[in-house]
Amino acid sequence: MLKDIFGRRKKHSSVSNEQTKNDIPEGLMKKCPSCNKIFYEKEMAKNMEVCPKCGFHHALSAWERIHSLFDADTFEEWDAHVQTSNPLDFPDYLEKIEKDREKTKLSEAVVTGKGMMDNRPVAFSVMDSRFRMGSMGSVVGEKIARAIERAKDEDLPFVIFTASGGARMQEGVLSLMQMSKTSIAIKRFSKAGGLMISVMTHPTTGGVSASFASLGDYNFAEPEALIGFAGRRIIEQTTREKLPDDFQTAEFLLKHGHIDRVVHRHDMKKLLSKIINMHGKSEVSS
Amino acid sequence: MQLLEFEKPVIHLKEKIEELKKLTKDSEIDLTEEIKTLEKKLAVLEDDIYGNLKPWDRVQMARHQQRPTTLDYIEHLFVDFIEFHGDRLYGDDEAIVAGIAMFHERPITVIGHQRGKNTKENIRRNFGMPHPEGYRKALRHMKQAEKFNRPIICFIDTKGAEPGKEAEERGQSSAIAQNLMEMAGLTVPVVCIVIGEGGSGGALALGVGDKIYMLENSTYSVISPEGAAALLWKDASQAQRAAESMRITSYDLQDLHVLDGVIAEPRGGAHRDVEFQAKEIEKTITQALKELTNLSVDTLLENRWEKYKNIGAYEEGTE
Repeated sequence: MLKDIFGRRKKHSSVSNEQTKNDIPEGLMKKCPSCNKIFYEKEMAKNMEVCPKCGFHHALSAWERIHSLFDADTFEEWDAHVQTSNPLDFPDYLEKIEKDREKTKLSEAVVTGKGMMDNRPVAFSVMDSRFRMGSMGSVVGEKIARAIERAKDEDLPFVIFTASGGARMQEGVLSLMQMSKTSIAIKRFSKAGGLMISVMTHPTTGGVSASFASLGDYNFAEPEALIGFAGRRIIEQTTREKLPDDFQTAEFLLKHGHIDRVVHRHDMKKLLSKIINMHGKSEVSS
Repeated sequence: MQLLEFEKPVIHLKEKIEELKKLTKDSEIDLTEEIKTLEKKLAVLEDDIYGNLKPWDRVQMARHQQRPTTLDYIEHLFVDFIEFHGDRLYGDDEAIVAGIAMFHERPITVIGHQRGKNTKENIRRNFGMPHPEGYRKALRHMKQAEKFNRPIICFIDTKGAEPGKEAEERGQSSAIAQNLMEMAGLTVPVVCIVIGEGGSGGALALGVGDKIYMLENSTYSVISPEGAAALLWKDASQAQRAAESMRITSYDLQDLHVLDGVIAEPRGGAHRDVEFQAKEIEKTITQALKELTNLSVDTLLENRWEKYKNIGAYEEGTE
């Protein structure tokens, strides 16, 4: 096994960790952190970043996700021009934002818009955990609230994929208030009869799990995704309790009755499409 | 009474003046002049200390052991308070109290976080940190208020949601989220007042309303200063610095356009004069209800949405 080879080499020669890492050609091969198997990146991408060996769901970027869900060339992005500011004058905040913009080519931690899913128009918000750990500040809250409002106005179903460490510290209480803003938008959408599906991906924690992520008509999660309000470390430190291994995983939430289903990425589009079809207003009225 | 570090000079000077007064009274020596000088000095010192409270000083005030709690204000503000228990699903969370009472001859629903003033009470109240059943109890009462067309008064005073295994198992996230969404749609006026600490999601779960006020020395924050320091600088002892950078005081929130108003506290904090404090709160609630009561349900809900829609800071940029 490749893993054994690497292990043996480390033991008996002076090859450093750094060099070992370099044995996996950058941009060509990828190691699964769950089973340690090495795969071609192309193979992994083709498999929607699900490990072909052990089924581990690797993070998807927002655009990879959008491509995996919507019919080719049918999506448009909304509100990309809404830009982060620094309301608390937090030191280095905008520099960090700029860095993540360059790294991810995204303007913020969420991409919102509209696309066709099996020929049906759907409004979406897809978060990207690479951008400031997917944390929610004013822009994330604003873009999601606008997407929900627009879904209401255009009578579209709304699908959200969450990936977030929670509220963004650098915007303080304004981040907290985005939980209210998005939740009120959902209430309005729901009252108008709108269908909302939330899919929690790794990780969905803190203020995001305690607002829109949990407010879908249907709430799903990807396998093994970490989902919870308080962080595991904080709970362990405060309560000195031993936490089960599966604590705050998608499967744990399913067991305790907090989500509707755990859904494999390969089955996602089909499931969402089916559900949206079953709520199709035209069918009902005709 | 628990003394806070920053106010010790004031207290020491006060004690000294008292001593001199006693001496003047009990002996032949006349110290009236000295007392007068010291009293002048005291006034200046008080102005200086209480007029320039730093964020961290206010954090200490908000957490003061004797700071009045929800039940204190209920006693002073309302008559015939009847508390009701339980969420009808799992249990009764004593970190949140809820019930009905009369306010100016009109029934209202009152809900608030409840912390203790000593260790025993704090254990009973879990230090004011709710479990999911607390939020669900609160929501049950809000829905009932809606049914009987009673305004809702919420007092916010919590370090935050209980960080524990059972709270997660019983759906902390979804319980908080449900409250946010359902409060958004309540057809009766909701007035929220932060009376102590407004800690993160646990506070917000009672905090979606038509009016949000804060007592002058209360705080409202996405995370505790200690937590922020640990996350941002990997050092919980930097809490003081975090309290400043995070902008968590009532005046900060007013500047950030989150609040409808700051409610004045007596000099030295609410615990120095509960009656004065209750009067100030009473004025605020009276005014708020006057503004909200005659609005149509549509206007009420539309205004509520407008209020929250406008919270946040971003630049529109160009498309």
